[in-house]
Amino acid sequence: MTVKELAETDIFSPVTLPCGGREISGVYIGDLLSWVMGRASSGQAWITIMSNVNILAVASLADTSCIILAEGVTLEQEIIDTAREKEINILKSEKSIYDIAVFLSKII
Amino acid sequence: MSEGLTFHFNVDGEDFTSAGQASVMMKKNLRQLGLPPEIIRRVSVAMYEGEINMVIHAGGGVADVNVTENYVEIILTDSGPGIKDIEQAMQEGFSTATDSIRSLGFGAGMGLPNMKRYSDYMHIDSEVGKGTTITMRVNIN
Ligand SMILES: Nc1ncnc2c1ncn2[C@@H]1O[C@H](COP(=O)(O)OP(=O)(O)O)[C@@H](O)[C@H]1O
Ligand SMILES: [Mg+2]
Repeated sequence: MTVKELAETDIFSPVTLPCGGREISGVYIGDLLSWVMGRASSGQAWITIMSNVNILAVASLADTSCIILAEGVTLEQEIIDTAREKEINILKSEKSIYDIAVFLSKII
Repeated sequence: MSEGLTFHFNVDGEDFTSAGQASVMMKKNLRQLGLPPEIIRRVSVAMYEGEINMVIHAGGGVADVNVTENYVEIILTDSGPGIKDIEQAMQEGFSTATDSIRSLGFGAGMGLPNMKRYSDYMHIDSEVGKGTTITMRVNIN
């Protein structure tokens, strides 16, 4: 499944989608940046509630396919602009991390 | 062996919002050089952790990267407070980061262990009150 296809499902909406055609290889969940950095693998969708600008560098370096902001977390406009510039896909959802994970396990 | 390519970055210790920029730029350079994705990932993670440490623990520093035929070498140099007990600092979960830094998602105490795990060679040279130099190498093939 691609990030764009995921963004079109009911529970997600796109925040940035510069590389919507990117394939999702799996899922990683975490808020501690070093943990995510060391453990997430390339192509995974990363679910988090972190919303500071540093998530962009982590997503870029760990090469995740998209960031999924859970629990209705939002980003400042400046971060959204930077994400677009750095070609980082970001989706958001009102659902809890658990609900998102359950949903993803059914469709990926 | 040929000389290899060198890259130099200043890592700003004031600015949290740009933390990680040197690593992101270096990743781009390595991509352009056509290095294997797994090598790029390992260099990226190791360098990012070192870069973040210079920002949160040492007030910034410099990063020098050498790319040779056989390895990518990352040298991080700062004039921060130094590391008192390197063995303790290397332990997973050990961190002296403040709560405000933790609230940003840093300070898990996984940085140095990640650097060790993702590099093939790592050496820490540190003197309390003087600063820290960390050398890492990731072998190519
Ligand atoms: N460049 C540095 N200068 C001074 N102290 C450092 C430096 N890098 C690491 N340290 C010390 O080592 C500890 C462990 O580092 P690390 O494993 O990256 O965890 P964290 O950065 O999450 O605290 C830090 O909390 C800090 O006390
Ligand atoms: Mg660290």
